[in-house]
Amino acid sequence: MSLRILTENIDIPELTSFEVYRKLGGYRSVEKSLKTMSPSGVMEEVKKSTLRGRGGAGFPTGMKWSFLARGIGKPHYLICNADESEPGTFKDRYLMERNPHLLIDGMITSAFALEANTAYIYVRGELFRVLRILEKAIGEAYANGFLGKNILGSGYSLDIFCHPGAGAYICGEETALIESVEGKRGNPRIKPPFPAIAGLWDCPTVVNNVETLASVPWIINNGGEEYAKIGVWKSTGTKLMSACGHISKPGVYEVKMGLPVEEFIYSEEYCGGIRKGNKLKAVIAGGSSVPILPADLILKTAAGEPRLITYESLSEGGFETGTMLGSGGFIVMDNTTCIVKNLWNFTRFYRHESCGQCSPCREGTGWMEKVLYGIENGEGKMPDIDLLEDVAKNIEGHTICPLGDAAAWPVRSAIRHFRSEFEEHVKLKKCPF
Amino acid sequence: MSLLKVTIDNLDVEVEPGTTILNAARKIGGRVVPPAMCYYSGLKGTGGKCRTCLVKVSKSSATDPRPMPKLVPSCSTIVQDGMIVQNITSPEVLEARKHIVEILLINHPLDCPICDQAGECDLQNLSYKHGLADTRYEFERRTFEKIDIGRFIQLHMTRCILCYRCVYLADQLTDKRVHGVLFRGDNSEISTFIENVVENDFSGNVIDVCPVGALTDKTFRFKSRVWFTKPYDAHRNCEKCEGKAVLWMSGTDVLRVTGRKNEFGEVEDFICNECRFEKKNTDDWILEGPRNISHSSVISQNLYELINEPPKEPPFNKKD
Ligand SMILES: Cc1cc2nc3c(=O)[nH]c(=O)nc-3n(C[C@H](O)[C@H](O)[C@H](O)COP(=O)(O)O)c2cc1C
Ligand code: SF4
Ligand code: SF4
Ligand code: FES
Repeated sequence: MSLRILTENIDIPELTSFEVYRKLGGYRSVEKSLKTMSPSGVMEEVKKSTLRGRGGAGFPTGMKWSFLARGIGKPHYLICNADESEPGTFKDRYLMERNPHLLIDGMITSAFALEANTAYIYVRGELFRVLRILEKAIGEAYANGFLGKNILGSGYSLDIFCHPGAGAYICGEETALIESVEGKRGNPRIKPPFPAIAGLWDCPTVVNNVETLASVPWIINNGGEEYAKIGVWKSTGTKLMSACGHISKPGVYEVKMGLPVEEFIYSEEYCGGIRKGNKLKAVIAGGSSVPILPADLILKTAAGEPRLITYESLSEGGFETGTMLGSGGFIVMDNTTCIVKNLWNFTRFYRHESCGQCSPCREGTGWMEKVLYGIENGEGKMPDIDLLEDVAKNIEGHTICPLGDAAAWPVRSAIRHFRSEFEEHVKLKKCPF
Repeated sequence: MSLLKVTIDNLDVEVEPGTTILNAARKIGGRVVPPAMCYYSGLKGTGGKCRTCLVKVSKSSATDPRPMPKLVPSCSTIVQDGMIVQNITSPEVLEARKHIVEILLINHPLDCPICDQAGECDLQNLSYKHGLADTRYEFERRTFEKIDIGRFIQLHMTRCILCYRCVYLADQLTDKRVHGVLFRGDNSEISTFIENVVENDFSGNVIDVCPVGALTDKTFRFKSRVWFTKPYDAHRNCEKCEGKAVLWMSGTDVLRVTGRKNEFGEVEDFICNECRFEKKNTDDWILEGPRNISHSSVISQNLYELINEPPKEPPFNKKD
């Protein structure tokens, strides 16, 4: 069995209850940090761990915390981003459903490091069950003195509130999320200023992903240096991968950073190979937003090196021949999959989820969706393929938030690697699948 | 505080700290000023949305010589000392802008021949100066029913470019906001909640800030094309506003009253609804004289001379 940091006890029934979690050693990091460490000491450990944000961008967590504008006479806030809505990504939900106290444990320790006395969990609106589980767990933590005033007699106080979303993917973008918590329409803000300077109610705020915060207890219990020993180079620790699509065993797997992609797909411990013995066609490795790669390029880099599950290895070769680790939403497609149809479906998603603030994304996502629908349904023309690419190119980098890029990258990469499939749709005047 | 030196399209300008690139360019004036369809100086929080004002920052500051990785919205990017910016000298910027214009037009009805805004429309001017001759969009365009918002204003959402100016105006000028954006993405819609009447002393200013013909003055609708009217500066003693306006006259008839727009198309003194909609007699006003429309529009016929003029070369070739 390989190392498990986040999912160690995940199969134990009743792990969601405070007693069971505590008996298994839970909340030790809260005791350790609040009683024996200073806020900056906790931050130093996280820095040493070189933990990187698991929400998609992979920004070093310790560094993000150090940007927090302290001592300007305003309260600080910690927000846990549990809006998980990226197609193909369902790891945060798994963690919160089965081990909610791990998140709360990590949040208390992190909020202490950030000297925040209020923290929020922004829960995706559709996750009713998760919301109930979290609220029960938070209640238990209060009842046992781990939340509220003067936690464990340390003098430190913290309140955690759950804030359910209302069904908008864009509210996962951290500044849209902040607007939403403030009770406004979830439109992303123009940055700068970044949330670390002026976030929630104009106060210094850190927004972190569920998995990021859930990694903190282990780091505090075992030390940042220990954590940094796991993994490869700048990708340390473990990563939750939510694997779906045409594999024998879809599910959430915790992998050590550095696991070869090939092993992840084919070994019995993880995905168990392609279903029905079919052939692997393509993989979207980090949630719907990251570039799609054909089988040969996901298994090996263009230079012939085995592709590993790390931030660096997956992006090796840039967007020409590489992709991104993103959120770890690992979507596998076998040779029965129509790339055009899949892309149309994703583009329809981005069109539906664009907040509509900035013109390239608002209008461009709709345009791309219509062109793709035409190609998939036999109404496409050859110049449509270049048009599609051009529209995507002109959204990319020209928008307020990265949703524009997230809509453009799948289109550009699908055309880059599977152009002939688009052409076939046009020639046949129908979908060949 | 000492001034910051910024270079835009090879022209130097000194500005106060905190100035945006757009306002620095406006200080230089002329062709280096990026077009701005959503930013409005008098309205806090506007800008960043339309993306027509994107420029290239080829040097971030005197201390950080790196270029910025992406094009930035000049209306919401603050200048640094020693910053070097390219607007019309950057082919990348001009190319991106062309596509922004194309995108703004794909769902626009192009009904200029029957639109009251024609002749003083920012979108018309933008397309004329920066757009492509053709569109590659072949689908049905988005349409909406016209909505009356209050006694004096009509909203024709089909023409809206979702610049949000009217939303910020309603938020900042009027005391009870009943106006905002519904839905999202390309379903977004400017609306009063829901079709509520906007009855507020300053609500008429949404007409002036709207860059297109989405919000129009019902007391003027279809009375005349703007270029057949003669604008006069006029003022009156008003308890609610400064009373400084422009009367759009035909003979001695006052067809329309608006705020005074500066050369960038922005009203500095917002006027009240009484001045705008109910004072349609020359007796109500003290006439100051004909108004020079410096803003580019068919009313100011200079526009056509400017367009036909060969591009001025010197700033393009100057080495920095
Ligand atoms: C459109 C969009 C949606 C996003 N959705 C999520 C999300 O559901 N969960 C998440 O953790 N981060 C999401 N992010 C990333 C967040 O903006 C932010 O970077 C992240 O929460 C930071 O946490 P981390 O540093 O721990 O990764 C999204 C970003 C964008 C642009
Ligand atoms: S890129 Fe799209 S989602 Fe992001 S702010 Fe612009 S319109 Fe909204
Ligand atoms: S109605 Fe006019 S001012 Fe309001 S958002 Fe639309 S274009 Fe802008
Ligand atoms: S004016 Fe700058 S983005 Fe619209």
